[in-house]
Order: sequence, then C-alpha cells, then structure tokens
Amino acid sequence: MSTPVTKVRLKQIEQLIAKGKRLDERGLHDYRPIKIEQGLIEKAEGSARIYLGKTEVLVGVKVGLGEPFEDTPNEGVLTVNAELVPIASPNFEPGPPNEDSIELARVVDRGIRESHAIDNEKLCIEPGKKVFVVFVDVYVLNHDGNLIDASALAAMAALLNTKMPNYEVKDGELKMKQGYTPLPVKSHPITVTMGKINNTLIVDPWIEEEQVMDSRISIAINEDGNICATQKGGSGYFTPQQILEATKIAQEKAAEMRKKLDW
Amino acid sequence: MVKIFMPVLFEKKQLVIPGELLAEGDYLPGENTYMEQNKIYSSRIGLVDTDNKKVNVVALRAFYVPKVGDIVIGTVIEVGFNGWTVDIKAPYTALLRASDVLSRPFKPQNDELSAVLAAGDLIVAKIASYDRAHDPQLTVGEPGLGKITRGQILHVTPTKIPRVIGRKGSMISMIKQETGCQIILGLNGVVLVTGKTLEEEELAITAIKKIEEESHTSGLTDRITQLLKESKVKVEENKIE
Amino acid sequence: MNEKPEKLIDKKGIRLDGRKADELRPLKLQVGVLSNADGSAYIEHGKNKILAAAFGPREMHPKHLSQPDKMVLRCRYHMAPFSVQERKSPAPSRREVELSKVIKECLEPALFLELYPRTGVDVFVEVLQADGGTRCASITAAALAIADAGVPMRDLVVACAAGKVDDTVVLDLYDAEDKLGAADVPVAYMPNLNAVTLLQMDGILTNEEFEKAMNMAIDGCKKIYEMQKEALKTKYMVVKEVGEE
Repeated sequence: MSTPVTKVRLKQIEQLIAKGKRLDERGLHDYRPIKIEQGLIEKAEGSARIYLGKTEVLVGVKVGLGEPFEDTPNEGVLTVNAELVPIASPNFEPGPPNEDSIELARVVDRGIRESHAIDNEKLCIEPGKKVFVVFVDVYVLNHDGNLIDASALAAMAALLNTKMPNYEVKDGELKMKQGYTPLPVKSHPITVTMGKINNTLIVDPWIEEEQVMDSRISIAINEDGNICATQKGGSGYFTPQQILEATKIAQEKAAEMRKKLDW
Repeated sequence: MVKIFMPVLFEKKQLVIPGELLAEGDYLPGENTYMEQNKIYSSRIGLVDTDNKKVNVVALRAFYVPKVGDIVIGTVIEVGFNGWTVDIKAPYTALLRASDVLSRPFKPQNDELSAVLAAGDLIVAKIASYDRAHDPQLTVGEPGLGKITRGQILHVTPTKIPRVIGRKGSMISMIKQETGCQIILGLNGVVLVTGKTLEEEELAITAIKKIEEESHTSGLTDRITQLLKESKVKVEENKIE
Repeated sequence: MNEKPEKLIDKKGIRLDGRKADELRPLKLQVGVLSNADGSAYIEHGKNKILAAAFGPREMHPKHLSQPDKMVLRCRYHMAPFSVQERKSPAPSRREVELSKVIKECLEPALFLELYPRTGVDVFVEVLQADGGTRCASITAAALAIADAGVPMRDLVVACAAGKVDDTVVLDLYDAEDKLGAADVPVAYMPNLNAVTLLQMDGILTNEEFEKAMNMAIDGCKKIYEMQKEALKTKYMVVKEVGEE
C-alpha cells in the first residue's frame, strides 16, 4: 500500500478547485496532454498506446476465429478485458481481475458496443458457424488518474489500427487467403469522465484529484453527439441537474477531442 | 431578524423512517436524527417526539454501542494469551484482560486462563474503557460482576432497557419483588434472570418481554402489575393442588 | 429460438406486456423475512424475485480489510443458477462483479460511515428469479434490509430504470424490452435528498431522450419509495399497535 495523499495536499486541491483552478494549471474542463501511438506490438493484429498526462495505457487487439452467439449468427464477437498490472501502481496487486478492472473493461466495452463502432456483420465468415472474434486487452501501464478515458481512447485507436487476416470458405473448408483487411470500424465513440469535488465537475481527474473527488461520471458520446453509455462511480452522489450538466460538458469535450484526433 | 418558529412536521409518537424530514428551522437534532442545512431528518426507524426544542427518534430497531461505565452481559468467545475476547452483542468485540481477573501478577506461561473463564462462559462486566480507535475493555473487578453460573438469559432490544428499568428503577424493582428473582439488566440488551424456581424465572421473563413489546404505550406499569399479580395467583393455586 | 416481435410498443402506446409507457410493473415488498440476518427484505418486481440481507455493523473478516476511521460496506450481488432461462453457473460472472460494485457505491452515500470505524456492514443480494431490472430491484430491497438492521441512514435508496423501446421513452423495462429495446437507463435515488447514487446507461439516446428517461426513472423511484415506506411501517406498525388498547 502506498502512502495516501496528505490531508494538507487534499485541502489545497479543494481550495484551488473552488477558485476554478487545478494544481497543474489546467482549466476545470481541460484534458491533460494526449499522445497516441499505434502499431507498436507487431504480433498483435492491432495495438495502440496512449499517454494521458502520465497515465499510460497500452491496448492490444487480437483477432481470432470462433463461433457466433446463438442469437446473433451473422455477427462477430467483441470481448474486452482490462488488467491493472502491478507495475502501474503500488496499489495494484497481482491476481485475477478485481472489481475495478472488471468495471473498467465493461465500461470501455459498452462505449464501443453500444455505439456500434465495429461493423459486426462484416466480421461474419460463415453465418452461424464461423466469425471473427475481436479480443481487446487493455493493459494499464501507469496509473496517474482517469483510466477510463485513457483506456477507451487507446482501445479505439487500437481498433483503428487493427488488420484482420482474410478467410474464405471454399468447398466447405475454411481457407486463409493472402493479405489483410482493416477491421471495419464505422464510428468513433469518445468517453468523457468527470469527477465531482464539492459540487464542481472537473474533466479528466488526475490521481490526486481522484482521492479528493466524492464521485465520478463517465459518459460516452457517439459521432452524432448522442449518448451511448453512462457510468456513475464512487461513493458520492449527483443531483439530476448535475448529471444534465455533465452530459453537456461531455458532448462539448467529445466534439473537441474528435476534432483534435481527426476521428 | 424575527426568528420564525416553524412547526414540526409530525404527530407525537409518529412512526418515521430514515430520511424523513422531521423539522425545519429553530430545532436541535436529538437521538437518531441528523441535521443538514437547517433541516432535521430521522436516521432510523422509530417513534418521533420533541423534548423542548430537541427532536428525538426512539429507535424501534438499533444495536448497542458501548459506553464507558455501562454494565453488560457477554459471552466469552475466545481464550487468548493474556485475556479473553467477549461477545457483548455490539459492533465491536470486547476484551477482558487476565490482569483484571487474577488477583495476583499474571504469568502467561504458568497460568491456565481457560480454567478461569472458557469459551461459552457468561459474564457480567463493566465497560472500563472505549474509544474510536480501540475495542471496549471490560472489568469484573467490582462487586456483582463476574462469571454467571445460573439463571436464564433473554435478549431485549437495547433501546427498550430504560423502559424495563422504569422511572427511578420503579418497574424493575416491582418485577423483582413480585417474582422474587434477581435480575441483572445488561445495557447491551442481555438480561439475566435468576430465581428460586423455574416458574418465577418464567414470570419475570414474560413480564420483561411484554414491556419490550409495549414499551411505547401508556398504562404499561398497571398492565404489568396486573399480569404479575394474576400469574402469582395462578402459581399459588397450582401449589395448593 | 424465440421470434423477435416486430414492435415492442403498439400504435396505442401499449407495450407487449400490456403496460402504458409510464407504468411500473407490479411490486411487492416485505421487510424482516430472514431471522438470521440483522436486517432483510424481499422484493417481487414484475417477475423478479429477490432476497436481500444485511449483517452488521460487525468486525470485519479478514481484519486487514477494515478501515481505522470508518465503517466499510461490502456488497455481493449474486444470481441463482435457476434464475434465468439458460442455467447460469453459480460462480460470479463479470457482470455480477460489476453490479456488486455499483450497488455498493450507490448505497454508501446513504450511510454514516464515520460513525462506526473498524467495522463492516455486509449486504447480500440473491436474485432468485430475473426478468430485467434486477439491479434496481436489488437496490430497493438492499436499502430496506440495511434500515431493518438498525444501521443509521441518511435516507432510503430506491432504484428504477427507464429506457427506450422502438421510438418511445418508457419506464421500467422488463427482460424482453431490455434485450430488444434501444436503451436502458437504471437510476438509484435518495428521495429526500434529491441525490442520484447510481446511473448507468447503454443504448443510444439523444440529449432530450436521456433527460426524459432520467426524469421518468426518478419519478418511478418516487413511486417505489412510497412502497418502501409502507413496507417498513407495516412491519413496525404491528409492533406499535400491540400496545394500543
């Protein structure tokens, strides 16, 4: 266990926020500097790494073959997993996924799935029998706050970088052809996470701010500006008005991010 | 500025639940209530009433929180190296140090603690110390405290114990007198009844249980007195037969 | 294989189970149903059947999980293997793990954690039969179980979902609507404090639809809250009336 943030520091953060400022001189609704690299893991079908401030997340995409689900015989399968590996923080312990990593994976999954980012029907090779299975593995390498947005952005970037092997069914047999096809991505959802500190909403909470905030809300926005996933987290609460305020901020910031990344 | 004395929002002894708004303005939060932005809310299920300007809720459902000086009855759970762990039906287990019980200096290697008190034994003790950072410490070093060897135990909601005691101990004295039983009321809701016969103990237990169920009603003292007298007559009749 | 119905809501605004857009499924709540738990409650909400039990505050096991300055709330949401159409393995699924977490986080704001440091309150929810909206029904029952255990609370927590089927925003989706509909927004709410303690959403909604769904869910919460109050008062009123002569 690492030493918790001191009370003096927490008070400092609270007081600054009350004045509309943050420790790293960002505005209340500003993201930290973002850098995204793609294709760094050649053995994966797709990969991307994001630096969101000092938070570092690596996402690898593996594309395999499998059977479709019974109720969607013409659709491929998407599965998202997240690992909070011990190197990322003194508070992460080795072992099977705990509730935090499961929540992270499922929130990232919902953003991609509900916005129909992947054209699932194009992942079908043989209806009812064989489809592509897209494994998205989120690997948190350094935790400096806001793992949700970092992971969601990196996952999206990794999917955009993903190439699937070509298969065809010839004479009832599955054969691999030459060449690759880019994964059919038809839309780019963006998730915006806000923390609440004494009734002020801040975008992209940094790790020390996460220790002060009483709750957080993550909202995924699709390309039409509509809401496709939401998750409140933390032990505090929001008034309904604060939630509506959060959705407006999320839409603003998602549009900005989309422009910046050219998605 | 004129002080506006707003009326309370409930009837006397109305049943309220957690979160119900009880009063606004110039009132003070009492038992089982809390205040937020000048409004007083209930924090437990119970019956609400005012005492001057204080709004109180008598909880119908609550657990015992230790207080220094309280007499409690507990069960020994574990025999440790230098004392015993005791279950006093509270969120915290209590500790009874060996040094408190043994009248001579305590030698861990030689002294067999389980010979003095073993798991399952009942004790009457007093809370010697307790704070937020430490589990309650018990003492049996006063007259009337120590291991219990006979009698019957009954459990009463801790919030009802004051009613069983009665004003200036009137209720409990009456029960003791009419039943001839020795009764120790642990403030943690555990009651020990020791009588000469089983019938006497049963009578006392029935009376106490009735008080628990009807604790918030009026005329209770009379009904209990009646119950005890009627039962006593029956006991006498049985003896004659 | 079940056939997918063409429309989930007809021209007259009646849904497949006969309800109007803003109608709740039938609800039944009972408090104090398990004698070994410190507090308990049972809920039937539509075809959902859920039992909730609360234990504590008590010493935590393992001890190292306790906090020196506050009480810890632990929550386990679990579905019985026979609760759903296809038998579900009794091992906790990822969904159950996530739901356990969000349910805990939605109940915590109602508790005075600082009052009993170094202790824990354990809440267990067992879904005996599931038909959509189990997390909301679980929360409604869990809050009653905690109050029934005598743990002080700022307010009860009540939950209800709203969503969209076809193009209509509707209240309280059941399983078929949840699976085939366009969006689902579960909300947990503390009615006296106007506080939203759980909010999730999946599907696609415009801003206006989201606002409408959230407000509809909150209205549903307020109606269910009245039933929670009744359930608590029913159990404790019996206690009160015994003495009335």
